[in-house]
Amino acid sequence: MKQIFEALEKDARLTPKQISAMTGISVAEVEKTIKQAEKDRTIVKYKAVIDWAKLGEEQVWALVEIKVVPQRDVGFDAIAERIYRFPQARSVYLASGAYDLAILVAGKTMQEVAVFVSQKLAPLNTVQGTVTHFILKKYKEDGEIFTGGEEAKRLPVTP
Amino acid sequence: MPKSCSSHIKVSHNYISEKVNSIPPSGIRKFFDLLSSMEGVISLGVGEPDFVTPWHIREAAIHSLEKGYTMYTSNHGLPQLRQELAKHLESRHCLSYNPDNEILITVGVSEGLDLALRAILEPGDEVIMPDPSYVAYPACTTLADGTPILVPTTEDNDFKIKADDIEQRITQKTKAILIGYPANPTGATMPKEELAQIAELARQHDLLVIFDQVYERLVYGIEHTCFASLPGMWERTILLNGFSKAYAMTGWRIGYAAARREIIEGMTKIHQYTMLCASIMGQMAAIEALKEGDSEVEAMVQEYDQRRKVMVKGLRAIGLSCFEPKGAFYAFPSIKVTGMTSEEFAEKLLMEEKVAVVPGTAFGQCGEGYIRCCYAASMSEIEEALKRMGRFVDKHHRR
Repeated sequence: MKQIFEALEKDARLTPKQISAMTGISVAEVEKTIKQAEKDRTIVKYKAVIDWAKLGEEQVWALVEIKVVPQRDVGFDAIAERIYRFPQARSVYLASGAYDLAILVAGKTMQEVAVFVSQKLAPLNTVQGTVTHFILKKYKEDGEIFTGGEEAKRLPVTP
Repeated sequence: MPKSCSSHIKVSHNYISEKVNSIPPSGIRKFFDLLSSMEGVISLGVGEPDFVTPWHIREAAIHSLEKGYTMYTSNHGLPQLRQELAKHLESRHCLSYNPDNEILITVGVSEGLDLALRAILEPGDEVIMPDPSYVAYPACTTLADGTPILVPTTEDNDFKIKADDIEQRITQKTKAILIGYPANPTGATMPKEELAQIAELARQHDLLVIFDQVYERLVYGIEHTCFASLPGMWERTILLNGFSKAYAMTGWRIGYAAARREIIEGMTKIHQYTMLCASIMGQMAAIEALKEGDSEVEAMVQEYDQRRKVMVKGLRAIGLSCFEPKGAFYAFPSIKVTGMTSEEFAEKLLMEEKVAVVPGTAFGQCGEGYIRCCYAASMSEIEEALKRMGRFVDKHHRR
């Protein structure tokens, strides 16, 4: 079963028929597994990785480190939820080390991101401090290199 | 034009030795020339991975250059590489080789094969090998003054060489058996029991076995058996392997031979006068591959396996019979339903549908009626190639 998910994680557009040919698992079985996984959110969503810079779209990303005071009973979960409900917070992680939460924030302008951090994140009750790193360039996202991977430069016929 | 360029001296003969004249040029070459003038061709004619060498291996080589490792190495190869190989052979095959004098680093398996044959053959000695087999087996045997003795293998027997067929061809002059499994061009593999029968022959008739296992890591759903690990075969085996296929390192040209001391000494003698040593940069990369490359190998094998399934299923679906190859990255379907020869099929397929495959006859007479399709290509290329081949087979199917 794992093979089905590994195949989809690399290319979400594969059809059950293609996955069946690749894995040797029957089409019906592949379909059933995918359906079940969509239902129980093992497959959370199918999305594309897009290089917005190439389209000339202005997009500002920032990595925001947040130090918080964990709360009794709920630990970091309550504050994390407070934060991830904002649509501007595109990814939210609990991290070990010098800070607690790592958040990827997206906005149209630098101003928009700055306002979000200073007016929405920083004032939250348990937040002790934030450090904002603006992303200058995206080289690779989720395993995908924006300039494209490498192709083997093979001769067309070799022994 | 300067005078020296145009003044050719007329000679009465071509100076090329009879021996070299007697070996045919590689059948693969012809297709390369045809192909290089065409566009939009999908090539299933390659014999190498479509992966680029994993980055950490390349990075290790870059680092070695930065550190100034640009010199000759010992004739045997870098001691650290030989030590890593000894460990590797011990852990993978329970084989114990002394890194000081029982392992030699070669310039790919190709050089290892040449050295092994030249080191052991007297003029006229016979070497038994399967047909079809890798193009260099018979050619290198001839160049080493030996006589290749071909054993036909068939689709009915999954292109495995049979011990009985070998035995029938053993004579006073037989010096060695030369086999490579998983096999190029067929993708055939040999189960342990059948290798053991060949081992029995080697023992009875006091033969050496040159065992080329460059595709050993690329097996699907089976266990690879190293010939040298069979009882009593360590002493009789010249084990050849390299980094090209497993670690996607074809262009680095790093291989190795492992055998008992006097054989490695003999091979080293030729190597030191002809090659001196393999490139240090490649050897540095090979050390990194052995130490840290395992997870990438596994990931690549998993990818090949998916493509293998798509290729074999697809070939059968378009009406070509194809035995299930369990190793390497080749499928070897029969094209007999078209009534064409392998060469005709390959040439027409290239011209009409722009798909390049290699005719089975490039690998021996027993390859007639078959073509080699390499599935080390992207899934979309494989699917498109199958579509085009399906059209082609439909059109030319013998009614």
